[in-house]
Amino acid sequence: MFDQILQFLITGMTTGAIYALVALGFTIIYNASDVVNFAQGEFVMMGAMSTIFLAAGDNGLPIPLAAATSVVLVICVGILLQRFAIAPARGASVVTTIIITIGASIFLRGVALVIWGKDIQAMAHFSGEIPIHIGNATLLPQNLWVMGGTALMVLGVHYFFHHTMQGKAILACSYNRDAANLMGINVGLMMLVAYGLSALLGAMAGILVTPISFTSYDAGVMLGLKGFSAAILGGMGNPMGAVVGGLLLGLIESLAAGLISSGYKDAIGFIILLLVLFIRPSGLMGRRSSDRV
Amino acid sequence: MKRIKGLIILAIILIALPILFPNNYFITVVGTAVALHAVLAISLNLLMGYAGQISLGHAAFFGIGAYSSAILTTQHQWNPLLSIGAGMLITGIIAFVIARPILKLKGHYLAMATLGFGIIVSIILVQAGNFTGGPDGLSDIPPLALFGWTISSDFHWYVVMSTVLLLIVWLVNNLIDSRSGRALRALHGSEVAAEMMGINTTSVKTNVFVLSALIASFVGSLFAHQQAFISPDSFSFFFSIELVTMVVLGGLASTYGAIFGALVLTFLPELLVVFEDYEVMVFGGILMLMMIFMPQGLFVALENLISRLYRNYFNPPLPVPASDGENHDVA
Amino acid sequence: MTLLKVEGLLKSFGGVTAIADLDFEVPEGVVYSIIGPNGAGKTTLFNMLSGIYIPDEGSISLNGKDMVGLSPHKIARSGVARTFQNLQIFFNMSVLENVLVGCHLRIKENLISTALRLPMAVREEAKAKQWAIDALNFCGLGEYISSPSDALSYGVLKRMEIARALAMKPSIIMMDEPAAGLNDTETAEMLSLIRRISESGITVLLVEHNMNLVMQVSDRVLVLDYGSRLAEGSTEEIQNNPQVIAAYLGTDTNDGVIGTKTGGSHYAV
Repeated sequence: MFDQILQFLITGMTTGAIYALVALGFTIIYNASDVVNFAQGEFVMMGAMSTIFLAAGDNGLPIPLAAATSVVLVICVGILLQRFAIAPARGASVVTTIIITIGASIFLRGVALVIWGKDIQAMAHFSGEIPIHIGNATLLPQNLWVMGGTALMVLGVHYFFHHTMQGKAILACSYNRDAANLMGINVGLMMLVAYGLSALLGAMAGILVTPISFTSYDAGVMLGLKGFSAAILGGMGNPMGAVVGGLLLGLIESLAAGLISSGYKDAIGFIILLLVLFIRPSGLMGRRSSDRV
Repeated sequence: MKRIKGLIILAIILIALPILFPNNYFITVVGTAVALHAVLAISLNLLMGYAGQISLGHAAFFGIGAYSSAILTTQHQWNPLLSIGAGMLITGIIAFVIARPILKLKGHYLAMATLGFGIIVSIILVQAGNFTGGPDGLSDIPPLALFGWTISSDFHWYVVMSTVLLLIVWLVNNLIDSRSGRALRALHGSEVAAEMMGINTTSVKTNVFVLSALIASFVGSLFAHQQAFISPDSFSFFFSIELVTMVVLGGLASTYGAIFGALVLTFLPELLVVFEDYEVMVFGGILMLMMIFMPQGLFVALENLISRLYRNYFNPPLPVPASDGENHDVA
Repeated sequence: MTLLKVEGLLKSFGGVTAIADLDFEVPEGVVYSIIGPNGAGKTTLFNMLSGIYIPDEGSISLNGKDMVGLSPHKIARSGVARTFQNLQIFFNMSVLENVLVGCHLRIKENLISTALRLPMAVREEAKAKQWAIDALNFCGLGEYISSPSDALSYGVLKRMEIARALAMKPSIIMMDEPAAGLNDTETAEMLSLIRRISESGITVLLVEHNMNLVMQVSDRVLVLDYGSRLAEGSTEEIQNNPQVIAAYLGTDTNDGVIGTKTGGSHYAV
């Protein structure tokens, strides 16, 4: 029993780490531009897909190079999304921006479908598939890659927002856009940086987890939605809350899938989402939201 | 009078189409789908357009209605008419229970909560295989019979769905222009002021949420009987989004706009079939572009365009409306 | 006879006291003004009287009936109407419809006859329309009846809010700074409107910064300072109250100084 639970925890931490990255990316965009980016999951899918295809075949790039190129590509997608879909609709209502980002997610999925087709794609593990045993539970090296990579990126994001001028400038924009503008911050540029950063996190998440979970053109949908649930669980707009929410959601899902029913695994995430919204809409770590009267 | 005029025009169009194009697939099958989507969009518009409450989970109520009817008629041999009522009862109870906690939320939070609800329902439809048939859905749903008349052909369904559409348009427009309808719209304008006029905003929100769910459930049942086969795909998160898009595309708070939105979004996939593999991409692209460039809706944009053309080509430019002589300073 | 009675009212926000142990009584049929510098707690008081905030302590009674803890729509039901300092217009509706919302509690509606538009519903609707038109005419807005509300000037919108409140047929109307942002002509119109409202038998509770208007229209005045009562009495008593003069000259010199009252005579309507 203990081993079994340990196994669930390992699985949960791994998925949770991915949720955390998606939630973090989502939070960065939400904070910077007040937009709920439904295309967040597509960043993940595109990162994974393009890495697989850049590395494929005899003339394929080595994985690190393919991954790096993919990340740059996805960052460009994020920047283009901001520049051509979000920025022109500034000031639009919540519903309008939601439909725009959903439109963007469908569009990106459509692009992926055209370029890469409908098949499920696999990616080679970074450092082999020899399992590490902890009691009777097993851990793949890739699990460590996911957790370690996530930890590094979370630390990086934290450093960026608290110790660099650019990061602080984005924070300033999210607190008060007009004041930031008056202080000489190039708000437009900061928005691009925020979307680029968010895309980077998504792409990295996709590259890290795909050896374990596979990917396909529509793999981003559920991941994106789970990321939102995680962000709300942690407290909408709170980056560290997003990370905690992601890990927690991954763990709960994995335990529930193992102990209750695997079919309802996905439903559990959304039931938690509803419960959080009903009982404590500000989330576990959020301030009391002003969005609610 | 304006209220009746729109309804008459709509009725004329609905009657004229099958006469002008007899035995036409587009008219009967797609026309029925448009009418069905239009009713759904109108019901969602009550909630979103008039009362100002977003819902990204409307397909769930449509699905609950459809599955209630399908399960009761196939597994328990209920009379279809009775099963429609039972479906509405079930939907009404569910909607009533979740309305209060959900409608306390606003903006993105409300969007997320309704989205979560919709996804939970669609997961249950897939997972509760014993009742719902799982991902394969349910088939052999008996047709609907009204007073001994069995609704079977595509044309029959066109007639039924068009009638339902006309009826709903009439009822909703009557409602919107009444005390209750104004209470709804007041809620959208200013909740505080609405409360101060004696409107119980919590109960108005709950009522409109339940009403909109009931309409969706009703057409959901009709859909099940019409198709004779249903599967969870028809009630997914994506369909909820499509419904929201219909409403926004038509222009919020416009019943005829919602019909227009339903028309565009129902025909679009039919037209996009020619793009084959590019269909998904083109659909997403169109969705984005329309919302970026016509956020107040295609219907309103078209209306403006037509009235501008009309003015330019058929009339001399209108004189600038005379000022009312009272130049109030705005503080 | 006392219409509104407030006793020991207390409200604080996160340790900051907005209203501290306030008592006052509003007799029926008067124009009762509440004045005080910005931040004195006037709007907070209005929000408690209308049920938007719940007081921490104290009682509010209307016609002897306890109002504390009732939600705003229940308070509205007992005959309280109000307007807002920051306009709360239903911009998605026409002027007439805005005022029709004010008739909400007076319209008898049967959902079935409404949905089917039976003659009963049509008659009721026509009656309500007449009430709304009367209220608009009363406020001098006859020409705007069919205008959309999002195309009107600030002054018109302010009067429309009053028309909407009057359409409720309230026993008391609370007006939160009705003259703020209005020019001289509009302020004079507002003054005469408040008088007409009072003459029609409705008790007026007024929060206003324009001292000329307050002194001309009020029967009694309550002066708030830091959420507590500085003085209360007739306009004359207030004008001669040394504490009031000190508070006003000491804290807020450019905002409706009491001494300018003599200059207000040309506003007389």
